[in-house]
Amino acid sequence: MKKIIALLLAAAMLMTACAALADEAFIIGSIGPTTGPYAQYGSAVENAAKLCADEINALGGVQFTVLGEDDQGDGELAVNAYNKLMDEGMDILLGTVTSGACMAVASVANEERLFMLTPSASNDLVNQSGDQIFQVCFTDSNQGAGSAEWIKANRPEAKVGIIYNNALDYSIGITNSFENTAKEIGLEIIAKSAFSDDAAADFSVQVAAMKDAGVDFVFLPIYYTPAITILTQAKAADYAPTFFGVDGMDGVLEVEGLDQSLVQGVYMLTPFDATATDEMTVNFVTKYVELYGATPNQFAADAYDGMYVLKLAIETAGLTADMSYEDMCEKLVEVMPTLHYKGLTGDMTWSADGTVSKLPNAVMIEGDHYVSAE
Amino acid sequence: MISFLSHLVNGLSLGSVYAIIALGYSMVYGIAKMLNFAHGDVIMVGAYISFCATQYWGLPPLVSVLCSMVVCTVLGIIIERLAYKPLRQAGSLAVLITAIGVSYLLQNLALLIWGANPKVFSSVISLAGFTLFDGQLKITGEVVVTVVTCVAVMLLLTWFTGKTRTGRAIRAVSEDKGAAQLMGINVNFSISLTFAIGSFLAAIAGVLLCSSYNTLMPTTGSMPGIKAFTAAVFGGIGSIPGAMLGGILLGLIEIFGRAYISTELADAIVFAVLIIILLVKPSGLLGKNVQEKV
Amino acid sequence: MSKKWKKYGSYALPFALVIISFIVCEILISGGKMSRSLKGQLIPICAYIVMALSLNLVVGFSGELSLGHAGFMSVGAFAGAIVSGWLLNGAGMENATLRLIIALAAGGIFAGIAGVLIGIPVLRLRGDYLAIVTLAFGEIIRNVLNCCYFSVNEGKLLIGFNNANLPGTILVNGPQGAVKVAKIATFEVGFALVLFTLLVIMNLVRSRSGRAIMAIRDNRIAAEASGLNVTKYKMMAFVTSAVLAGMAGALYGLSFSTFAAAKFKFDTSINILVFVVLGGIGNIPGSIIAAAVLTILPEQLRAFSDYRMLAYAVVLILMMLITNNAKLKGFVMTLRENRKKKKLPDAAAEAGQTKGGEQA
Repeated sequence: MKKIIALLLAAAMLMTACAALADEAFIIGSIGPTTGPYAQYGSAVENAAKLCADEINALGGVQFTVLGEDDQGDGELAVNAYNKLMDEGMDILLGTVTSGACMAVASVANEERLFMLTPSASNDLVNQSGDQIFQVCFTDSNQGAGSAEWIKANRPEAKVGIIYNNALDYSIGITNSFENTAKEIGLEIIAKSAFSDDAAADFSVQVAAMKDAGVDFVFLPIYYTPAITILTQAKAADYAPTFFGVDGMDGVLEVEGLDQSLVQGVYMLTPFDATATDEMTVNFVTKYVELYGATPNQFAADAYDGMYVLKLAIETAGLTADMSYEDMCEKLVEVMPTLHYKGLTGDMTWSADGTVSKLPNAVMIEGDHYVSAE
Repeated sequence: MISFLSHLVNGLSLGSVYAIIALGYSMVYGIAKMLNFAHGDVIMVGAYISFCATQYWGLPPLVSVLCSMVVCTVLGIIIERLAYKPLRQAGSLAVLITAIGVSYLLQNLALLIWGANPKVFSSVISLAGFTLFDGQLKITGEVVVTVVTCVAVMLLLTWFTGKTRTGRAIRAVSEDKGAAQLMGINVNFSISLTFAIGSFLAAIAGVLLCSSYNTLMPTTGSMPGIKAFTAAVFGGIGSIPGAMLGGILLGLIEIFGRAYISTELADAIVFAVLIIILLVKPSGLLGKNVQEKV
Repeated sequence: MSKKWKKYGSYALPFALVIISFIVCEILISGGKMSRSLKGQLIPICAYIVMALSLNLVVGFSGELSLGHAGFMSVGAFAGAIVSGWLLNGAGMENATLRLIIALAAGGIFAGIAGVLIGIPVLRLRGDYLAIVTLAFGEIIRNVLNCCYFSVNEGKLLIGFNNANLPGTILVNGPQGAVKVAKIATFEVGFALVLFTLLVIMNLVRSRSGRAIMAIRDNRIAAEASGLNVTKYKMMAFVTSAVLAGMAGALYGLSFSTFAAAKFKFDTSINILVFVVLGGIGNIPGSIIAAAVLTILPEQLRAFSDYRMLAYAVVLILMMLITNNAKLKGFVMTLRENRKKKKLPDAAAEAGQTKGGEQA
């Protein structure tokens, strides 16, 4: 048995060693869950990053090589993936995808001075893990506050209820800032109900809690997978309030097999709209569908923007691929707050602590696309 | 009162799904004395097959259910032949680890074949629901079909293992393999048949689970699998009415715990009740109390 | 020579294995020959070795199937992170090594308390019923930890249940788990913990109590009839195992800046069980090697990219099938016996005895 393992190990190591890399290109690492329960998000980021690298390389100028690694959304595996990418000469990390793993990696990368731009790790603590980490996505607290303000401004009469995922930091983060902002601006929340698993579970109790409390506006700070079940069970219970999701809801229209009548009139706060008709979005969506056979979601869009932000930052800072990653990091940290980039997910600028500022965009689902909610 | 009744109905429906999965678990455990952790993933495969049949091949819902039954049954037999049969003489832990390997294998194959994005499973049940108490309590077609199927499956299995020759052969093998063989029973056939039945039930459970809770991912089967395993132990593993009782009670406890105690701690409550029951009745609600001999 | 080898050799073997591996690692590190990827895994490997050894005490020597071992690891990791965070932020203790040692001890103590609480009801059950209850406890611990919030404010430790708005420095943030943990765990302390674990387990197994534990495993009724206090000895094995798992958890937790309760779910318990089963139930050097190899293996399989976990599953199934193949086993057995007969004709009688651990 030991011999077999040894042989296997040797074979695997040989394969790794074969991946020799050119020095003219910037080596961009991408770490995210491509297997396990969060695989959809990690795969989207890695796919979009690779697609974007090909696009940028075709332009001439800055050249990218994207190396993707799986972390299953787990901190330990993310640090392992990070170390492996460092062995392979990573210059900059586009990642990681999930917040917990991102913080675990950021603290190591901070000591070693490797620049990180995360497409989707939205937790507020992510930026506090180091000065060299920047976000492409909104922070959770921005989303929670933004949602509360939108509801207060546009639906002041709403009787608001929340269904959130108590086992997911993303959901808790948004819920807390939503509640705190709601208290400040005088938006009343009359019911709150949690669930604790992302797997196909029963939501009848949560739906009944909303219905019994007389909620007519349900805030859903969760991903779309459980949201679909909530919508189905609400329909089965003849309960038809207005549903309001956050960016985790984006992508719901592209889910295979969805009965679109289920999501009609659902509002959400999202920076990305795959059905938009501007040239940039159409180009990205067409290419993505061609290559991967599925419509890109917001994670993919954030990763795509992230790659162009890196390109812009590298050009602005005047980096070359033969510099050390420490030097790159110092320069990139300096230029990031000076950048302005208009991408798929809106107009972006950064503060020195790494937070992005872009406008939250409230949309409503109508037919098979989003319309502006205003 | 109405909300209590509606929780009761939802609990029964969830419990019935657990019960069908637990019946499969319990049958396999009874004969092979192994915890088949891959059972939950067979459920997932069943649901995916049915999904493909309706979405890609354009088959009517009932035919898609048949497809998924056939595929799962065959899959169950193949798994048993390739992975478990060579280990029949090995310790129970070796089989347990192999089952876990099979579970990883099925999940990752599903990930490669069907991708990571979730699918929405449209209900295969076209039966309209009905309302009670002037429309205050609504019972959907899915709930009716799930509960009826569960009871029917339980009765059929009880009849099969109690009255038919093959069924009694299965029971004989689970009592004593050696003696059964001496009596002219084909042990390998009996074990394969049990796996086939278990996987067949998994297909039904997969379709019903996804009809009620409509999202489908490669990891869909894991949590219901663990819950059903709990249910089987709850009712006394190896006992057919026990698995059914355990499943339904588990569903009810989960829903009522969530409704009246805490939504955050629903899972903890389910497991805590399980522990208390096992302390009072160490071999489950309807399990046999085996007297130890010196 | 053979008798002396039997007495001291099998005792020294695991120690020699661990010490030599440690020295090799240190030489590789100081020579800059070790890849970062492997270097980064050293502390988790130490933690997993301790986990495997401690689970082996329950599964191999006490003969009980436990499916919730990661729960103790989780208790230890959180206790360690909270104590270390409180010492740093509340009591102002700067010395990292001292903090680490106190945190390890705290992890062990809290996991030990959990072990006693769980052990009292659990050990009344047998076989698969015991397995399911340990599984249930693992899930309960995870579920409850998801609702817990801890912070340090003005030297005081604050605890909130389902209340995220605590003042001061947050240590544990609900589902996000422990945050901003100072990474004070070192490979050297990890190595020391492995040695400590070995020392505890080898001495327990070889003591009078250890023989009692194994006697109960092999025949509970006979052991009881001989006047052994079954509950006491089972508890001894179970709680020792929990304490060691808690220390491993603290070591693990303090090597990452953040970790969540979700990390210690059912899958992790199962993984540790895989280490024990593949290493050989009741086999101490086997557990060490299996834990190390199977922690490194998935990382090495990264070359298969998308097929990585698929490859891991296949390897797992094949390994179980090959190591349990009856023909292969018989062949190895005859080889071994032939060799023994040639070398020690007088010891042939002893060869007939199987190792007790394999009967579990």
